[in-house]
Amino acid sequence: MFEDLRDLYNATILERGRRPRHMRRLDDFDATAKGDNPMCGDRVQVWLKYAGDGSIAATGFDARGCEISKAAADLMVEAVAGRSADDTKALFAAFRTLAQTGSCPDHAAALAPMAPLAAVHEYPSRIKCATLPWHALIAALDGKGVSSSE
Amino acid sequence: MNAPLDLTSIRAQFPILAQKIRGKDLVFLDSAASAQKPRAVIDAMVGAMESQYANIHRGLHWMSERTTDAYEATRDSAARLLNAADRHEIVFVRNSTEGINLVAHSYGRGVLRPGQAVVISEMEHHSNIVPWQMLRDDHGTELRVAPITDTGELDMAAYEALFADGKVGLVAITHMSNVLGSYTPAERIIRIAHDHGAKVLLDGSQAVVHRRIDVQALDADFYVFTGHKLYGPTGIGVLYGKRELLEAMPPWMGGGDMISSVTYERSTWAQVPHKFEAGTPAILEGIGLNAAIKWVEAIGYDAIAAHEAALTDHGLARLSAIEGLTVIGRAQDRGGVISFTLDRAHAHDIATLLDRAGIAVRAGHHCAEPLMRRLGLESTARASFGIYTTTAEIDFLAETLTKVREFFR
Repeated sequence: MFEDLRDLYNATILERGRRPRHMRRLDDFDATAKGDNPMCGDRVQVWLKYAGDGSIAATGFDARGCEISKAAADLMVEAVAGRSADDTKALFAAFRTLAQTGSCPDHAAALAPMAPLAAVHEYPSRIKCATLPWHALIAALDGKGVSSSE
Repeated sequence: MNAPLDLTSIRAQFPILAQKIRGKDLVFLDSAASAQKPRAVIDAMVGAMESQYANIHRGLHWMSERTTDAYEATRDSAARLLNAADRHEIVFVRNSTEGINLVAHSYGRGVLRPGQAVVISEMEHHSNIVPWQMLRDDHGTELRVAPITDTGELDMAAYEALFADGKVGLVAITHMSNVLGSYTPAERIIRIAHDHGAKVLLDGSQAVVHRRIDVQALDADFYVFTGHKLYGPTGIGVLYGKRELLEAMPPWMGGGDMISSVTYERSTWAQVPHKFEAGTPAILEGIGLNAAIKWVEAIGYDAIAAHEAALTDHGLARLSAIEGLTVIGRAQDRGGVISFTLDRAHAHDIATLLDRAGIAVRAGHHCAEPLMRRLGLESTARASFGIYTTTAEIDFLAETLTKVREFFR
């Protein structure tokens, strides 16, 4: 009955949603921020540790929400590893394009870790689930404590 | 005894129910958020625009007089629906939220004194929490929360205990929870409040859809409901208030239609209810609401309540039988709203899968975050029923939920 939903709920999303690899709080961190989706109640918190050059050395998160938001957070950790703040923000802009349209050809290589979420553009009410952890990540980079998907 | 509802005939009156969703029949189980509209409501609004429309309460011409009559007839219908003693006790607002805010601003700031307390319950919609917080912060009233039991019913002993110090001036409480489906025992709530000198506002957004309301029998001081959940249009709702209370309250918004006379030095207010109805109102929506009320009355609350009780019993039995599914709230006296969680899937994922089968449910915190916290939950999925809901639709929901659980194996 739901086989056509495997575009969104593909093997990667189901695996990462249920058994995220990076869902942990960093005890030693330089920045943290929370993200709330006030429309549905999803919550996420992101912790960041910077390297000496200011790039992202480690990312941890805690998420309470659906499979999509948890998988998005887990994949995001891999996508931003080693990136500078500016580079990470550019990647978020590209991911938004991916989530809203299904592709972002100019950044395909950098976005490869997020590619399993490309089908979310077919589910408009779920795009915010995928972008919520990124809002928290950017808020942490900017030194803001909270963010919102709205 | 009322004859059972002729569902085929009822469903045929809702054009939207013939829609296909991605090729599948629409199974609309989100009526508690907003109900679909019968042909009678659609025709009343379109008919007014096509043949009888002008601004009201001010024109001296034929069109304005006819439109005023049509709009004001809704006040009579709303008074009849609630069994209000006097049509002047019906104030038109945009929705329940605006009705509650009107009372919080006008009665709260104009009549309640700093230091007095407002009592709400643990199962309120945000719309019946936030206005009282704002009143507390602006005006120095206290906000007290009456707890619920683990079955999702108001804890009446704890409620009564809140009055012990004599500070409670107002109780604002739901008549039926939008999350748990629980009815609150309105008569007892009001009697206890009145025994302690407090007034009571009931939020009837959900209850008025399912049950006959009699504000005089309840002795309610204020009662609010919204049109769009009662098969009427958005943008129109009703605040009932006892006349002597409304007359003692200051206006909330200023503008046209709410004045008796205006000079630069001072203005005087129109009589109730117009004192609270500043500006050109939702004329077409008011006319649509009248059609909705008459449509509901023609079917009759006995038949509606019997139909929805049968649906709810059936829904509870079918959903409870699904492995891994937990129904949230087990109130004895409940209406056609069933919230649930599934062990293997988050509410949003449930909703997305159900949507693919053509089933519309709500998922999230249902604008009741403190209640979710009380229940130890982040979110639930919610199926809610209307006049047009069928047993077959509930069976389809149950069968599909079993498949949802298999999908997330």
